[in-house]
Amino acid sequence: MNAISHTAAIARPIPDERELTAPAVQARKAGTRRRLALGRAIPFGALIGPALLLVIWSGGSVAGLIDPRTLPAPWSVVGTAIDLIATGKLQDHLMTSAWRAAQGLVFGILIGAVLALISGLSRLGEAIIDGPVQIKRAIPTLALIPLLMLWFGIGEGMKVTTIALAVLIPIYIQTHSSLRSIDNRYVELAQTLRIGYGEFIREVILPGALPGFFLGLRFAVTYAWLSLVVVEQVNATSGIGYMIDLARNYGQTDIVIVGLAIYALLGLASDGIVCFFQERSLSWRRTLAD
Amino acid sequence: MASHLGGLSGAPVVRVESLVRRFGPRTILDGLSLGIEKGEFVALLGRSGSGKSTLLRALADLDDKVSGSGRLETPDKKSVVFQDARLLPWKRVLENVVLGLGLPDAAERGRAALEEVGLSGRETAWPVELSGGEQQRVALARSLVRDPELLLADEPFGALDALTRLRMHDLLRQLCARHRPAVLLVTHDVDEAVMLADRVLVLDNGAIAADIAVNVTKPRNHGDRRFGEIRSELLRHLGVETRPALPV
Repeated sequence: MNAISHTAAIARPIPDERELTAPAVQARKAGTRRRLALGRAIPFGALIGPALLLVIWSGGSVAGLIDPRTLPAPWSVVGTAIDLIATGKLQDHLMTSAWRAAQGLVFGILIGAVLALISGLSRLGEAIIDGPVQIKRAIPTLALIPLLMLWFGIGEGMKVTTIALAVLIPIYIQTHSSLRSIDNRYVELAQTLRIGYGEFIREVILPGALPGFFLGLRFAVTYAWLSLVVVEQVNATSGIGYMIDLARNYGQTDIVIVGLAIYALLGLASDGIVCFFQERSLSWRRTLAD
Repeated sequence: MASHLGGLSGAPVVRVESLVRRFGPRTILDGLSLGIEKGEFVALLGRSGSGKSTLLRALADLDDKVSGSGRLETPDKKSVVFQDARLLPWKRVLENVVLGLGLPDAAERGRAALEEVGLSGRETAWPVELSGGEQQRVALARSLVRDPELLLADEPFGALDALTRLRMHDLLRQLCARHRPAVLLVTHDVDEAVMLADRVLVLDNGAIAADIAVNVTKPRNHGDRRFGEIRSELLRHLGVETRPALPV
């Protein structure tokens, strides 16, 4: 490859000095050494895949390859969304759903993190807490819905509890494992520096467990939406899930699609928020992606 | 072995008597006695597995899970420099230096310590952004900012390249001359020991096998005749036969 570009340059009638050397040097750089780390990030790379899907969807609709009863065209979905917003229905459902998810998340995160700390920092705490959490983990949260309905009825309490129960598991598991895998060398260091227990927790344990907590948080957000969908379709009179369920009864595919798009946007936005805080809090790390 | 107890002028900073440390059936330290004077720089040599680190960890109160007996007196104000710099990766350089210091002027002191090790301007860097030598200098600053009466160093330059190591020797010598802590430097490098220490101990079979005062004038250099003699003697104690010193 090297030799080819070189001879090609020389074979030209009047080789310019700069042109002669530059491609040859570049070819050597690119050709002979393969970098193991990833290259530079593509700007807005995350949008390319979804944009491609949208193009295929639009193309299929225009060409008549997609039956509108199966999947309405993107523009008719947008039209339906505008109608729903104009009547105020979409906002009402969205607010209800977001409020449920937010409450479930907050309770789940708090409970999961506190349990992880107690269980991670004391043997007794681990003996008491870890077993029940593992048992809870083995039971799919959604399987608990019938029991939760009997306990809490079909109101908001049941919905928020279901979401919180789903959320606390990944928070607990990831935070606990990250906390327990903090390098013993740092514990020794803290001991030689004679720092107090409170400071040890604050300066060594919590920052050390933070990567696990954030990993758990990303799972938690996904689980929160997942549980939300289920509780809203099982028994609800408001919320995005209820809107979708109702539209299914009347065969309104476009409204179903609007609901799904809302779920997608909520999921992406919340994951983006978590990633933003994750990057800010963990800026001390150097990984393959940097 | 009273000779290792120091005691020339007043009470020593470190006093170890009949120290025994066992790991399972193996006795690592077998009735070891040692004294270190105020401001004295002692280097501890020994083959791998001779118990150098066990002794240092005992002095640093890091061996509470190890069985053993003996008397151990060390000052409260002591600090440890490990072979790895052991900086908390999630704390910036200055925060690492003043970690647990708990003084109102901690940041001031931290900056001054960083200046002493030649790292002013890097206060807000993350540890991962520093070279190995720079990280170890931060670790030195973290130790010195605590004004230790005893500095325990466990092969602190072992992971550095030869040139950086020489520079670190100079730095450590200057810092010790200024702050005058008693130092116990565990090392496997005979030249390093002779270069830096007032006294070199050789650990063998869990006890001190040799205790040699390094009476070489400072600044020392490897070409000095007395330097060569001490070096050969130490190597002999370590079980390495040396050829006669190269003719100069």
